[in-house]
Amino acid sequence: MKRHFRELSVAAALLVVLLGLAIVAPAFFQPQPLLSLLTREAPTLVVACGMALVIISRQIDISVGSQFAVCSVCGGLLAAKGWPLPLVFLSSVLFGAIMGAVNGWLVAGLRLPSIVVTLATMVTWREALRWQRQGEFVNLPDGLQWVGLSQIAGQWTLILAALALLVLLALATKHLSAGRFVYAVGTDAEAARLAGIRPQLTIFFVFVFMGALVGLAAMMNVVQSPQVDPKSGSGLELKVIAAAVVGGVAVSGGRGKLWGVFVGLLLLACISPALTHLHIEAYWEKAIQGAIILLAVVADGLRTRKQRN
Amino acid sequence: MTKSFGAVRALKGVSFDLHAGEVHALLGENGAGKSTLIKVITGAHQPDGGSIKINGESVSQLTPASAHKLGIACIYQQPALFPDLTVAENIGLRLESASVFRKVNWAIRQQRAAELLKRIGAEISPDAEVRSLSMPEQQLVEIACALGAGARIVIMDEPTASLTQKEQHLLFAVVKDLRASGVGVIYISHRLEEIFALADRVTVLRDGESVGTNKVGEMNESSLIKLMVGREVSAIYPPSESAAGNVVLSLKNLGCAAGGVENISLDVRAGEIVGMAGLVGAGRTELARVIFGITPADSGEILLNGQRITISTPKEAVAHGIAYVPEDRRRHGVILEMPIAHNMTMAIHDRVFPGTWLRFGAERQLALDFTHDLGVKAYGPDAPGGSLSGGNQQKVSLARWLATKPKLLILDEPTQGVDVGAKSEIHKIIRRLAKEGLAVLMISSDLPEVLGMSDRIAVMRGGTITAMLLAKTDAHEVMAAALGKQN
Repeated sequence: MKRHFRELSVAAALLVVLLGLAIVAPAFFQPQPLLSLLTREAPTLVVACGMALVIISRQIDISVGSQFAVCSVCGGLLAAKGWPLPLVFLSSVLFGAIMGAVNGWLVAGLRLPSIVVTLATMVTWREALRWQRQGEFVNLPDGLQWVGLSQIAGQWTLILAALALLVLLALATKHLSAGRFVYAVGTDAEAARLAGIRPQLTIFFVFVFMGALVGLAAMMNVVQSPQVDPKSGSGLELKVIAAAVVGGVAVSGGRGKLWGVFVGLLLLACISPALTHLHIEAYWEKAIQGAIILLAVVADGLRTRKQRN
Repeated sequence: MTKSFGAVRALKGVSFDLHAGEVHALLGENGAGKSTLIKVITGAHQPDGGSIKINGESVSQLTPASAHKLGIACIYQQPALFPDLTVAENIGLRLESASVFRKVNWAIRQQRAAELLKRIGAEISPDAEVRSLSMPEQQLVEIACALGAGARIVIMDEPTASLTQKEQHLLFAVVKDLRASGVGVIYISHRLEEIFALADRVTVLRDGESVGTNKVGEMNESSLIKLMVGREVSAIYPPSESAAGNVVLSLKNLGCAAGGVENISLDVRAGEIVGMAGLVGAGRTELARVIFGITPADSGEILLNGQRITISTPKEAVAHGIAYVPEDRRRHGVILEMPIAHNMTMAIHDRVFPGTWLRFGAERQLALDFTHDLGVKAYGPDAPGGSLSGGNQQKVSLARWLATKPKLLILDEPTQGVDVGAKSEIHKIIRRLAKEGLAVLMISSDLPEVLGMSDRIAVMRGGTITAMLLAKTDAHEVMAAALGKQN
């Protein structure tokens, strides 16, 4: 109970919001819009899981939005060439992993600060894509949308896939040595090194894994529409970092749980539709999201200060 | 003057006085209370009791800023300058008023810097970036700052530790100039010859107490060393019961330029505790880091059970059966945020968890076993490392390494900052481990501990082993070797 306090308090906040909506705007709970909302957020959840691991290892990756766009376009082009769907998914994951490996090599191999490295790769991938595609959309072949299923079945598939991945990753971080190492490296890299763990290798693979998840998420997004927007994924990095922070992942590394990230993402995601149903103008969304993030950070700050005293 | 840190009493009623125009040396073993006394004088620590008088006036609530105003300046071993600014800018920052929007008069700043540097005979350009200066040059800049601030009390903490012979002579000349101009100098050094060359009086601290202030002329090296160690090894240490077996670790001419150790030859046998004595900076921790692959050796050989091995990362050292319980347990020994069970299995994941998944049951059992075996006082395997007392944290750190089933255990200051009860428990554990056939290399600055625990004692000085002594030796002999004097 005490160990999950941070996550539970976010869950409580989410519950309060949902209860409030149930009373004031029951229309929010219509199944079809809700399903659409969750489908839209499914890829974000996948990326947020990766980001949580990156932040737990005391790093940051702000290039995920650009990676997302590159994977989307590349995957879309392969699909347009007639590649079979599983192969397209796999290639996209591979592209993501390669971009992650570039980040990982620069951060862990050359020991450069990840904020600068990923800022540079963020701009590089994005601009390379713009130069290559000139903003052109990729038209996808029929039968790709909703992975060839009906819309409802496709939506459920994506949501359940994202949730399954969340559960799998949450279990893995707790039950695999690799997960333990990520926490150890994020808390104290030198102590981890003295215990025979290789911090730089750990960080490298966290970035590679992050990239692979972005590749997967990109495909989960691509199959939701008939075209690929080369500008997709812009702002994604902020969204997933926000979800991680609100969900209780400490920016100072070493602390956080994936299910907390899930709750944090839901909390941030339901604000926009909630505003619509409450007839509040949409531009309040960012302000409210900002306030929630600030609240989370301040709460964490106060908590660590209390622990220190 | 008294000062305690938690349960540790660092200063137990020390009295110290400094006259204008004298060099007063401060001498003592590691942990005798020199640094604490200096920090109280410079206002970095608030004393728990006692009083400070400067020019006959009582000073209460000394802070670093007010100490500075009172003319107290301290020159540390590692100069605290801004490396990217020039010498003149650094001096200016110390001496000019600190208001935010004042106009900087560059010409005056330059001129003053040049004058101050000239006064101490330093050939340093005021325009040079501090980064480009050598360590002694930076120390001279510090002295120039102190001089420019009109310091009446200058504290020098081992100023010659990194200086060459020639630079030392230059520094001595500067110190003598300071003395001649009426400045009181507190001079801390482990080098006895410097104290005889430079100081007027010498105060020896031991275990947080002053054991005497004497005129240097009335002392000789032997009497000073006697004052420094001057206590009997009490019988609280468990007796050695083990017979030394085969040689486990053998170092042959081992060196590492980056770590500052050279030409180390040493054998450690199974069942034997080899103590490592020496002063801070003698290279003992550095040697441990070389053996453990943190700063890998670049010359010489390491033999483990007679086989030549190379160790270039801690992971390889662990694989070879070497364990290193580091000095700073709060930073490197125990991950404070993690439960003690996680801490204990940190180094043996591939051994306790051979399959895919972690086995929490096995981990818990291992933690319970070690908790029981070593007498760790914690509410359970889930207790975070940070919730334990220092001694218990040290036991957790020890458990992590015993879990690797090592052949060689390197302990770095195993009882530093540990209360008396836990200390004797840790000593008993170390003895038992040796009896069970483990080869133990124990670095310690606690001289009675080294004497009471070791089967043999290696004394280091200046990055190499200067003496191998048998357990029957006494504190005087160890200290003499650590200070570089053979009687």
